[in-house]
Formats: sequence, C-alpha cells, structure tokens
Amino acid sequence: MTYSYFKNMQVNNVIFVYQGEVTQDLVTSVLEMMEKKLDEDGEDKKVKKKVFNVMVECIQNVYHHLDALETTNVSGKINDKRALLMIGKEDTDYYVITGNYILNEKVEAVREKLERVNKCDKEELKKLYQEILANEQMSDKGTAGLGMIDIARKSGQKLGYDFHYVNETYSFFSLEAKISRDQA
Amino acid sequence: MRNLIIEPTSKTPKIILNADVNVFEISGRSIPEDSVGFYRKVLDWIDEYAKNPNPKTNFKFQLEYFNTSSSKCLLDVFRRLEKMYKSGNQIEITWCYDADDEDMKETGEDYKALLEVPFELVSV
Repeated sequence: MTYSYFKNMQVNNVIFVYQGEVTQDLVTSVLEMMEKKLDEDGEDKKVKKKVFNVMVECIQNVYHHLDALETTNVSGKINDKRALLMIGKEDTDYYVITGNYILNEKVEAVREKLERVNKCDKEELKKLYQEILANEQMSDKGTAGLGMIDIARKSGQKLGYDFHYVNETYSFFSLEAKISRDQA
Repeated sequence: MRNLIIEPTSKTPKIILNADVNVFEISGRSIPEDSVGFYRKVLDWIDEYAKNPNPKTNFKFQLEYFNTSSSKCLLDVFRRLEKMYKSGNQIEITWCYDADDEDMKETGEDYKALLEVPFELVSV
C-alpha cells in the first residue's frame, strides 16, 4: 500500500502533497518549506520567484475561499475544512494543484471568472488586473479579487480547473497552474 | 510625531516611517493573509503625517514578493500619497525592483499608470 502511494507520486512528479485543514500556520510552513526546497534544488532565480508567487496565491486562495463541508462524525456535527495542496516538478514545468469544497451556488461565478481569465492574452490580463485593482473594493474577506488573474499572469499558461459535483450543496473545486521552468 | 518601525517577518515587510530623518521605506516581502490588518498601521501613520508633512517626501518601495491582497493595500498607500501631492506637497514615489524581475517591474508600471503622482521605477 505505502509503496504504491510512493511510486504513484513519483510517476506523477509530486514533490509535495498535503491533505488536511488549511490554517494560517500551515500556509506559512508550506511556503517556508517549499522556498527552501526551491533554493536547495538550485532552481533558476526567475523560475523560483514565479513558482513561489503562484504558490502563495493558490494556497491563500484556498485559505480564504474554501467552504467548510458541514458533516457529522462520531463527535457530532463538524465543519470539515480539509483541502488538497499538491506541487509537482516535471521536466518542463512546475505545477501547483489545489482542491477544496465549494458551495454549488458559487460554482458558476468561479467558472465564469476562470473562463474569462483563460480567454485573455498577456495584454488583456494586464488590463483586467489594472481595472480590478483600480475600481473594485476589497471583499469582506480582505481579498482583492485579483488572485486568479495574478496566477494566470505569473503562470503564463492557461489555468486548468474542474468542478466535481459532490452532493446537492457542495462541489469539489480543483485548480491547476503550471509554470514553465524555462523563463529565459 | 512618533516613528513607525516594524521589523520584517517571513510574510511581512520591513517598515521604516521616520519623519525626523525623512526616511520612508517599505521593503522585503508582503504576503500576509490579513493584509488589511497589517497595512492599517501604515495608513493611519500616513494620515497623521499628512497633517504636517516634511517639505519633501520620498517614499521608497523595494519589494521582493507581494500577494494580491497586499497589492490593493499598496494602492491605498499610494492613493494617500497622491492626495498629499495634489494638495501641494512635494511627494515622490520610488519603486525599486531587482534587475531580473520583470514581474515586479511590470507591477510598478501598473501602479504608475493608475496614479497621478511622481512615480519613478528604479532597477537595482
């Protein structure tokens, strides 16, 4: 069992995986650990910066926006705040994957946002970023509404995403951002 | 007025706001989850400073990383400086970026395009 997990992750070039509650301390630890790893691997400075930036936005996006799954276990009703964070290093790209529960009622808005971002070229992303930065108010969560756009800008590639229907209340939202290891 | 000095952490920048020696600097990384909470102190300080500013104020930014919630807070800082400039004060913003860091240069350009205040981009 353990060996098959290990081999499976190796085949998929996984260098980091976490499944559990995403707290502020966890975010800090993951970022510190990954930054150290990128340094130790002697990754190119430009690549390292991009990967770090994308990691920050992806992980904080989960931290701010995940919807806790209301469920019951032996101790009664609980709010399940677990999410998935995964980072991989392939020959040509790094990838950052996140997965978290989202209320079904939010799915369309997030999907529209992602479709819009994926339709934009580099210049259009820049314009969209400036427009939102200048005109939109901070949300009550203290977020700027710029996360996806920033991830797309830094990634330089289309974002991958999926909404997996779980039940009548929740879906599981996954997001994948890739960063080329060739930033010359 | 009292100076505002905040030492850097792995997620928050170093802040030096010292009107006595005319040094105003934000440097390092700015990636906190609660950017609004962090920048409130800075904005409050500027509001106080704006009541009786020095003849010339050069506000220097030298950031390595920042997240999108900080980007909005930084704009709030710039807007306050812009307001001071528009009411006749001598204000300058200097945006320093690492020579290899295209993204940080571009972000500086994004801000410059949104603001009506002297805004200089400097490669370091």
